[in-house]
Amino acid sequence: MENRLRVLRAEQDWSQQDLAEKLEVSRQSVNAIETGKYDPSLPLAFRIAELFALPIEDIFVSPARRSSKAI
Amino acid sequence: MSMSPAHRRYVRRIFVSMSLYIATLFVAVSQFRHGHVEGPLAWLLALLPGLCVAGVFWALGKLLAEETDEYLRSLLVRQLLIAAAITLSVATVYGFLENFGLVRHIDAFYLTMLYFIGMGVGAAVNRVSGHSGGRC
Repeated sequence: MENRLRVLRAEQDWSQQDLAEKLEVSRQSVNAIETGKYDPSLPLAFRIAELFALPIEDIFVSPARRSSKAI
Repeated sequence: MSMSPAHRRYVRRIFVSMSLYIATLFVAVSQFRHGHVEGPLAWLLALLPGLCVAGVFWALGKLLAEETDEYLRSLLVRQLLIAAAITLSVATVYGFLENFGLVRHIDAFYLTMLYFIGMGVGAAVNRVSGHSGGRC
């Protein structure tokens, strides 16, 4: 799933490892989410949203909304 | 690459299981070779090496239950499913070939070895598909 995690992380000047430690996940997880290779579960998505104090939809792009824009 | 606490426990359990496997296999082979055993002791000695290898599957189950990182857990599940698919497919096809007398009989414990090879294939598939967490 497309997301703004890399941008948000860069704004905070955090490394992938920093973010992984804050979320209590592996660095590989952060990398997989950032590159869109892995879609986080709802609880993890909420943790990410709460960490950045943003709504989930401001971080993750809805696939349905994205495809409707493409049309 | 740092290991999660669950993965460190998994490695410890594998080490214990395989150490016990080597020790019990050595004792069983040497006792059976010299014809020293019979009755319940023979059963016990013959069972122990296999049960020690079963400990590896217990350790894998514990890793799946204890790994708190959902991404690493998903990679492990995929790795184990690939291993199971390869093992069961080969076992089924070979079983028919053997049943029709086209190939010779092979001891069942070789399937365990095939499963471990399948886990290696699963880890490689994870890696090739751009997922680098598979460490089992």
